[in-house]
Amino acid sequence: MTQPAAMTISDEVAIDITGMNKWYGSFHVLRDINLTVQRGERIVICGPSGSGKSTLIRCINRLEEHQKGKIVVDGIELTSDLKNIDKIRSEVGMCFQHFNLFPHLTILENCTLAPIWVRKTPKREAEQTAMHFLEKVKIPEQADKYPGQLSGGQQQRVAIARSLCMKPRIMLFDEPTSALDPEMIKEVLDTMIELAEEGMTMLCVTHEMGFARQVANRVIFMDQGQIVEQNEPEAFFNNPKSDRTKLFLSQILGH
Amino acid sequence: MSDQHTPAAVAYVRTETLPELPPPASEAGLVKWLRENLFSSIPNSILTILSLWAIYVILSGVIPWITNGIWDASNIRECRELLNGASGGCFAVIAERWPQLVFGIAYPQDAYWRPSLAFVLLLVAVAPVLFSNLPRMLLAVTLVYPFLAYWLLWGGSIFIPITAFGGAAIGYMVYTRLVAQSFAMGLLGGVVAALLAWWVFGFITDNTRGVLALEAVASRDMGGFMLNMILGTVCVSLSLPIGIVLALGRQSDMLIIKWICVVFIEFIRGVPLITLLFVASVVLAYFFPPGTTQDLILRVIIMITLFSSAYIAEVIRGGLAALPRGQYEAGDSLGLDYAQAMRLIILPQALKISIPGIVNVAVGLFKDTTLVSVISMFDLVGMIRGPILASTDWSGVYWELWGFAALLFFIVCYSISQYSQWLERKLATDHR
Repeated sequence: MTQPAAMTISDEVAIDITGMNKWYGSFHVLRDINLTVQRGERIVICGPSGSGKSTLIRCINRLEEHQKGKIVVDGIELTSDLKNIDKIRSEVGMCFQHFNLFPHLTILENCTLAPIWVRKTPKREAEQTAMHFLEKVKIPEQADKYPGQLSGGQQQRVAIARSLCMKPRIMLFDEPTSALDPEMIKEVLDTMIELAEEGMTMLCVTHEMGFARQVANRVIFMDQGQIVEQNEPEAFFNNPKSDRTKLFLSQILGH
Repeated sequence: MSDQHTPAAVAYVRTETLPELPPPASEAGLVKWLRENLFSSIPNSILTILSLWAIYVILSGVIPWITNGIWDASNIRECRELLNGASGGCFAVIAERWPQLVFGIAYPQDAYWRPSLAFVLLLVAVAPVLFSNLPRMLLAVTLVYPFLAYWLLWGGSIFIPITAFGGAAIGYMVYTRLVAQSFAMGLLGGVVAALLAWWVFGFITDNTRGVLALEAVASRDMGGFMLNMILGTVCVSLSLPIGIVLALGRQSDMLIIKWICVVFIEFIRGVPLITLLFVASVVLAYFFPPGTTQDLILRVIIMITLFSSAYIAEVIRGGLAALPRGQYEAGDSLGLDYAQAMRLIILPQALKISIPGIVNVAVGLFKDTTLVSVISMFDLVGMIRGPILASTDWSGVYWELWGFAALLFFIVCYSISQYSQWLERKLATDHR
């Protein structure tokens, strides 16, 4: 499949990770990670469970702290400086496997909370933006309901809309479809594809290989805390280089 | 319709919907309910009959005791003469000693309207906090209420509550100015500004002692159920915010703050309230600067508040622990800072989970205010135990007095419990 014309990649560097290492206690989870993401790139990260792929993207908005190396996001280096961390977090959207919507707030309030309190957007304006993005993920009619009243697929789309309301420049997806029924996976993937076509910089941990083929311009395979292989999707799937990648692909594409 | 039973017609399509019919008589109404709930089996039927008999025996004793009750007598002998051997309660004691039971023995009689008014205003002040659909304007009453109630109950110049309120307002204004820079700075600035303002205002109140003054009432003259209400209301409303701060402190990453909170909570929880009250009445005076005598009610309020805030902190910690980590992460990933994440996301949910536990502590605390009778304060229990039962007029009237005390506490505690259940239903948005 060829790349749609709208997906342009600029030379500007969005994320730059050099020599990054992370330990949980004495367990070495991420080993010497080097990764540069250009603005507009769509990267899919895959690998067996426990390979550190979620930890890697959670380091990018400092939900996890790295102990060695350097992570620069949008020109700001991630250090323990809380001001920088909050600034980066407000520019980097994130979607979680379990949605993590706020159950005590309505869908609309979920979407307007951060713009109002972090961006200091007036309430009216924040609500208009929220409705715009809820229309985009095709559930404006649910705005006044609570998350518990929505299906899993709808909740994940709300979570995407909630992140988009902050007008992020980078989106991180941490297994966004793993907790969903097969029927609902498609509606979430469609939303993500639409987002990719608009040129959003995306890093996506997922096992949806169809999505990777269609949208990604780079696939990264991780194992045991290291980047084992990265390539363009066609080459990655049709002609994997390392044995570990071949084994992994045969297992997930085997049936 | 009948051809569906013939073996030839395996393929079958229903063309009409069957009409809805009422259930058979044995499956509806009173008969069904009785059979299912009271007479479902022979042992159950026996238990039902035994229970009915027990209820009959109790009621047949209690009801005449209440209906025969004497409400108008000046002492127990007169009461017994009127009863003339029949079974009946001597409720005259409640009528005759009503002011003492409610206001204590020493509160000036011509000032009874002040605590009564304070009580009515308490209901007005609490209403907008409890019911979010009431007009928000009423919160102004809530804000002013503590100062007004102090003035009504203790009396003195009106300038004392006004300057106290003014100092608090100045502190708050400084806080809102500085909080944009950092929360700690805002808090510190606010507290310093308020203290300064109070110090300056002190010169005003010193020179206006008699202006617009209500008759001053000393703390030792407070008593009766009023004292229980004062202690209960003040301590519950103070210990909730302190408990929240302690619970958050215990979860903090800052080790010193964390350990201060842990040690405080564990120490207070490991000590009986009654010991703390003795500390309040005897020992605490040593901790205040020499020459200042802090009033006993203040010392007792400090101790009960510390005690219940430690318990509330643990209840809220349970609520915080029950929240999935994802809620913290979602807040973080949106760029909310710690204070915002706590206030907007974590605490509303954690407090909702903690409602039953908090109410449990609040009800327990309210009832524990009767323990002050042990350090010779004349609250409702102290009044009954001391002046009333010790008087020659009413010694021996146990059931009526203790029943009355139980009833008063029950009304308050049951209302709190009903409110909390209503609140839980109202806040249920998870639709599980």
